[in-house]
Amino acid sequence: MTCCASAAVSGSADQMGRRVLITGLDTFWGGRMAQALESEPDVEMILGLGANEPRVPLERTEFVRSDQKYSILSRIVRATQVDTIVHTFLETNSVNIPSRLLHEINVIGTLNLLAAAGSAGSSVRQVVVKSSTHVYGSAETDPAWFREDTQRTSPVRTRLERSLIEVESLVRDFTEDNPHLVVSVLRFANVLGTDIITPVSFNLRRRLLPCIAGFDPLVQFVEEDDVVRALEYVTGQQIPGVFNVAGAGKLPWSEVASIGGAFLLPLPPFRPRAFVAPLRQAGAVQFPPEMEGLMRYGRGVDTSRLVGAGFQYRYTSAGAVESFARANNLRRSTGSGEPEYRYEQDVEQFFRHSPAVVRGIDG
Amino acid sequence: MLRVSKEPSDTTRTGPRSLHPRGGELIDATAERTSAPVVGDNRTEPERDDGGSMPTPPPVSVLPVASPQPMNGAPHDPRRSDVDEWGRSENMRSILRRVYDPVYRYWFRVEWEGLEKIPHHGGALLIANHAGAIPSDAPAIMHGIEEELGRPVYGLADYFFRTIPVVGTMWSRTGGVPAHPDNAYRLLHDQQQLALVFPEGTKATSKTYTDRYRLRRFGRGGFVEIAMRAGVPVIPIAVVGAEESMPILFRIGGLAKALKLPYFPVTANALLMGPIGYVTYFPVKIKLRVLDPVTFDIEPGLERYSRSRVMDEAETIRAKMQDSLHDMLRERRSIWFG
Repeated sequence: MTCCASAAVSGSADQMGRRVLITGLDTFWGGRMAQALESEPDVEMILGLGANEPRVPLERTEFVRSDQKYSILSRIVRATQVDTIVHTFLETNSVNIPSRLLHEINVIGTLNLLAAAGSAGSSVRQVVVKSSTHVYGSAETDPAWFREDTQRTSPVRTRLERSLIEVESLVRDFTEDNPHLVVSVLRFANVLGTDIITPVSFNLRRRLLPCIAGFDPLVQFVEEDDVVRALEYVTGQQIPGVFNVAGAGKLPWSEVASIGGAFLLPLPPFRPRAFVAPLRQAGAVQFPPEMEGLMRYGRGVDTSRLVGAGFQYRYTSAGAVESFARANNLRRSTGSGEPEYRYEQDVEQFFRHSPAVVRGIDG
Repeated sequence: MLRVSKEPSDTTRTGPRSLHPRGGELIDATAERTSAPVVGDNRTEPERDDGGSMPTPPPVSVLPVASPQPMNGAPHDPRRSDVDEWGRSENMRSILRRVYDPVYRYWFRVEWEGLEKIPHHGGALLIANHAGAIPSDAPAIMHGIEEELGRPVYGLADYFFRTIPVVGTMWSRTGGVPAHPDNAYRLLHDQQQLALVFPEGTKATSKTYTDRYRLRRFGRGGFVEIAMRAGVPVIPIAVVGAEESMPILFRIGGLAKALKLPYFPVTANALLMGPIGYVTYFPVKIKLRVLDPVTFDIEPGLERYSRSRVMDEAETIRAKMQDSLHDMLRERRSIWFG
């Protein structure tokens, strides 16, 4: 991230670096994004909202506990004069989330967020939204590659898709109403990587990847580091617009199992989710409804727009699967290996604000 | 008119051959087997070939597990199969070619005329008349061109195929692509491939024997518009013989609806052979005539083209194909021997 000092902020904040607010600090992406931004010298202040404590160690990010609908958000925005909002807290995986909560988090949360960002006299200059390629759906009538402006060809069938589409339409209206703001929407393909747990990685970790018998669709993945880098890139470069983000190329579902080191579990083509329901209930496999179309017809998104804007991927689709597989091999040998971090309010406050702490020293 | 005859006697085969999905060059199958099982670079999309001109951003904080990714140039692509972005696998294709070759040579005794009009390089939209309850023309055309020109042909067809388990996957692995305008444009313009399409669609394959060799409506002329936009020629191919290989006597509408099929044909093959008739063609002689490529003197890349121009061009091509079919039928003395 080279630039972004210029035009980053406006008004009274001319002398300051960027002031960034991240939603969902307690989630995987919020935590990752905060960590990434902490190493940016021109990001002056990072503020994270979350319903729970952060789960990753953070150096200078301030944490504010908030409910999932961000009812206090406009007060926070006014008080902290943030100029950038990175909205990472959108659920893009419907496993274990009740329908009502999904709607509250995605739609109502975004609604409040945008209301706060667009209120009169708001200091916000950029909004970055982390969406998903689930908005395109997956059907036999799909083109092999969706561009950002390609319409989905099938009716909306799952609640996750419905809520994400509603979120994007809110964002679209917000963009129209606030033409002076930089609004970026990133649609990420299914993510795999060293740490993230998604339905696909959950199943691969258990060495059993469900598939629909007779179908071997072509799918895309994006590596978790590329997700964070893409968010960071768009935030730093202040690029407005909608962007697909996915690793180059597609690979058949069977190859995902083969690279990921798992066996395929063929399910009957007729109502495969009902068939696997006992296993789902037992927590042995994850198979959310939005995966069914994907496992039949796959999905491809054209990423030339973001590449054209200068973003460079480190992983292809197959590379993302391999990245997962390598991390998984390590885990199998050494156990989970992830250091258990617990957020201690007093300790964190001490390190951030006590005059006793000498800041600017690495250690 | 030059004739490219494809009789078994005058063709000497050098051994199993296979083609690169992109390179379009013939290589020896044994050589391919000895080479590395995974070749990554011919699968990367053209627009993703970023030359590394942009400055690489500094690394973000990475959690414990280190990655082996190179920092410059295209990322490493650990693919294991040779399935391309359309689902086509050259390995599957070459297996199918080996299996289908005897059918092509000795059953249908396929004979081409004007095959030299199909270019060795660059994109072109091949269109043909379509016939037979389970059409025998598409495999013959794809096989012939891949064998003779050594470059892949992607067959654009109805989405319906994708919904059938196993069949849909096999169809995709052997070069079938759903006929979406975006797919056609990407194949023809971005990748300069050969794409084969049957503009009549299922209206042609579902017609009964009494309507044989009467071209149906050419859709809404979408194929002309795609070719205009992609800036590639349309190359019509007239097919004689496929109509008689599996002629439909009548259709059962109710059964089609119940089975969710586009149509349910009762074929002469089925009446003579029973259920086996649905997978057995009559040993007719198939003749293919490649007509002169049609180019459109119009700016490519436009969002929309004049509807009247598109329909006129489509109708002109249709008339030419119909004339050509009549001409070939006048010359034909026997359904079985040509």
